[in-house]
Amino acid sequence: MLAEALVLSALLFMIGAFGVLIRRNAIIVFLCIELQLNAVNLSFVAFSRYLGIEGQLFVFFVMTVAAAEAAVGLAIIISIFRHYETVNVENFNLLKW
Amino acid sequence: MVEIFFFILATIAVGGALGVVIQKNPVGSLLFMVGTLAALAGIFVLLEAHFLAAIQVLVYAGAIMVLFLFVIMLLNLGHDYKADVRRGLGAFLAFGVTGALAGLLASQLRGAEENPIYQYFPGPEGMDLLLEEQGVVGAIARPLFTEYVIAFELVGVLLLVALVGAVALAKKRA
Amino acid sequence: MTGLALLLTGLAQVGQPGVGEVFEPFLPGMILILPLAGFVANGVLALVSGCRNARMIRTGMAAEIGSVTHSLSSWIGPGAVGAAFVLTVVNFVGMLGAQPHEPFVQGYWTWIASGNLSVEAAIQLDQLSLIMMMVITGVGFLIHLFSVAYMRDDPGYSRYFCYLNLFIFFMLVLVMGASFPLMFVGWEGVGLCSYLLIGFWFEDPEKADAGKKAFIVNRIGDLGFLLAIFLLFTHLGALDYVGVFEAAPESLPYGGTVVTAVALLLLLGAIGKSAQVPLYVWLPDAMAGPTPVSALIHAATMVTAGVYLIARAGVLFALAPIGSATVATVGAVTALFSATIALQQYDIKKVLAYSTISQLGFMFLGVGAGAYAAGVFHLMTHAFFKALLFLGAGAVIHSMHHALHSTHSDWDAQDMRNMGGLKRFMPLTWATMVIATVAIAGIWPFAGFFSKDEIIWYAGAAAGNGYGVLFTVLWGMALLAAALTAVYMTRLIVMTFHGINRTGPEEAKLLHEAPLTMTVPLTILGILSVFSGWINVPDSVQDSIFGGFGILPMSEWLHHWLDPVTESADAIRLSGLGPYAESAPLGGGPVAWAAIATGAALVIVILTARVVSRQQILPASESEQPADGIRKILYNKWYVDEIYDRVVVRPIIAASRFGSRWLDQVLIDGTVNAVGSLTRSLGWFGSLFQTGQVTTYAVVFTLGALTILGVLIL
Repeated sequence: MLAEALVLSALLFMIGAFGVLIRRNAIIVFLCIELQLNAVNLSFVAFSRYLGIEGQLFVFFVMTVAAAEAAVGLAIIISIFRHYETVNVENFNLLKW
Repeated sequence: MVEIFFFILATIAVGGALGVVIQKNPVGSLLFMVGTLAALAGIFVLLEAHFLAAIQVLVYAGAIMVLFLFVIMLLNLGHDYKADVRRGLGAFLAFGVTGALAGLLASQLRGAEENPIYQYFPGPEGMDLLLEEQGVVGAIARPLFTEYVIAFELVGVLLLVALVGAVALAKKRA
Repeated sequence: MTGLALLLTGLAQVGQPGVGEVFEPFLPGMILILPLAGFVANGVLALVSGCRNARMIRTGMAAEIGSVTHSLSSWIGPGAVGAAFVLTVVNFVGMLGAQPHEPFVQGYWTWIASGNLSVEAAIQLDQLSLIMMMVITGVGFLIHLFSVAYMRDDPGYSRYFCYLNLFIFFMLVLVMGASFPLMFVGWEGVGLCSYLLIGFWFEDPEKADAGKKAFIVNRIGDLGFLLAIFLLFTHLGALDYVGVFEAAPESLPYGGTVVTAVALLLLLGAIGKSAQVPLYVWLPDAMAGPTPVSALIHAATMVTAGVYLIARAGVLFALAPIGSATVATVGAVTALFSATIALQQYDIKKVLAYSTISQLGFMFLGVGAGAYAAGVFHLMTHAFFKALLFLGAGAVIHSMHHALHSTHSDWDAQDMRNMGGLKRFMPLTWATMVIATVAIAGIWPFAGFFSKDEIIWYAGAAAGNGYGVLFTVLWGMALLAAALTAVYMTRLIVMTFHGINRTGPEEAKLLHEAPLTMTVPLTILGILSVFSGWINVPDSVQDSIFGGFGILPMSEWLHHWLDPVTESADAIRLSGLGPYAESAPLGGGPVAWAAIATGAALVIVILTARVVSRQQILPASESEQPADGIRKILYNKWYVDEIYDRVVVRPIIAASRFGSRWLDQVLIDGTVNAVGSLTRSLGWFGSLFQTGQVTTYAVVFTLGALTILGVLIL
């Protein structure tokens, strides 16, 4: 069970990473990051079955932090949208001088 | 028996994830995400983490995804969207890299159960015993309010901060 | 009177064995300081008068002669050298009395102290250097005096004396230095001063070029000198004369490669400085400078530095018979070669220039044959009569210039075809120049006879030893060159002073005798040209008519005087020569040869005078250049300058162009620019990665994670 769960977790994580790299819509990128977080949650839970309840506690915290992060992140995206009229990540290139 | 369920739920999860990534319509990818979350909740149940499964459905699929949906609707992105999946060299490179990494990880993780470190831990039987003694919720609640209460309180503060920040950021400038 | 008595007592003691006392010099350093002080003072005056002249040119005022700077320079310039001459005489008298066997070396401070090399700033006073100092300061003083009148109208008057004093200073450093590097300092210094003085009228690009040519050709020789110094230091570890000449006979094998190389390299230096074949080309061009400069530098002092070098390093040359033979060959070839060119030159100074080169060849022949005293003797007498000839030519040119200037004629004041019949205008000049001509032709009892014939004698004597055939040929060449000397000198006198005057009736009215400050030095030099030969009458002719039946007082005085300096060299040479050491030249004794030489010279002079005076000579503007044959070749100086231009100068210029264009601009600049461009390109390439988009960074991030994981796992 553990091995399959871990493999699934890895697979989901990489799919999430692929989505982060491939999508242009900032909100969908964010969504894929959430997918990655979930994959890690799965991994934690799978391990907790063998190593103790702390795994599940950590998942609890992860979910909470993910919620907070989602709220703040979406608020940022909204305010960016107000400035750029788009959420296409290719237009956010202020890091380039 | 458990294996079959696991396999089915895993397939649903992966399919949902792929849908998130590939789907052009943002609302569509969101719905696929919900599907994945639900499948993951099912797997949690299979792994005897009932409380987390419930929380997953309630909080993640119920609250966070709805938040995403609200934002999408707020920004009016559901209608005329262009294909916003990248094509070309970048896509190919990304696929190659992530694919390679996935393969690498998967190949390494396959023999996880035979790791001798598990002899020092109670193992699935111990977990089952714990769940019987304290109940599903009690097993999480007891350490949460005793050993890790500080982290718990901090998380509360974190949520407050996030709340205030979100409101401040999303506010329309006067 | 007491001075004279001292002088005579001292002279009488020369040659007597056993008077090897310690010589105590009298203020030798001042002999160097005085001309240097003159240089500084005149330099200040030159700067002051230069500013004043510039101001005058701007405001349009005429230059005043007799201004303060002019008078001061007139006193300081000759005065400094005169005082140095007096000090030299005092020291000379002292040395006459003491007859020291060892040279007197006075060190002042350590100039170079680097590892094993230690060179002192020291002066060495021995018989050879004192003779040279007497010639330098004495003839130098007379020339300074002459220049006061000659350069009177020149705006650069103070600058002239400034350079002239500096020249005397450096020449004294050259002969008084106690080590080869110090001689080299003087060597370079006189090269510098000759550049400054030859190009004195530098506004004329030709004259400036002549100065450059002199310096550059000299430099080629200096390379040889420097290499010789390096070799000496490497093999002997010492560079001062005392040390080198002690160590050389022991450390360097007789006739070995090292010492021959040193000798040949020193010879190269001497060839450059003393204008021998093939580095003589600068001297005729150097006539572009003022005539007293030519007298001092190119007759009396600087060009003799090469002879001094070889005489000083006699030990080294005696150790290298091949080197000595080369010296003699170079000398004889030069003597004959330049004598032929002088036959067809019309510029009076050019004739004298080629004559100088020829006589220097004689000196080289002398020291190459091992007769160091004879070479130095000819150096001394040549200084007198050549300086006299140049100064006389200067007086003539001065007068001609005046005359031609008054009618604004553009005729060349130095061309002999424009002269003629000057005898009745400038009798004193004529008389002294005739004396000098007779001296240089080698007619008894004038100076040239003794010195030149002694060299020819020694060349013939050397023919009896190891390099027999060579020295016989050289002896023959020397005889021929001596004959040609008589021819071209007589030609010069006849064309200039005799016959009808070709200058033109208007100009002739202004031809006049030179002023007193000019004629006095001429007269003194004339007297010296007559009598200076008598200080070294060879023993072999002492009792014959040529020695005045024993009346002439100083037999072989110079030879004995220089003995302490040359004896080690002589000993080495004799020991190396073996059984041939003391043989006589071909056939006949010394008296017979002396008679033949004088008689032949007299005959040649008379014949030439007849031939030349019968020639129809037209003024320069109406004359044609010689059309063909040997005359054309000689007139064009055997086309040596043209050959050098084709063979040396043009390839060097082409190589420089190639180097400048391809090596410097294309290759080196290109490489540097390419490095810059490469850096820029790399930077541009790197900038492509900075898209500013987070996604790009995420890709790279993931790639990095993959790499690390891959490395860890695999």
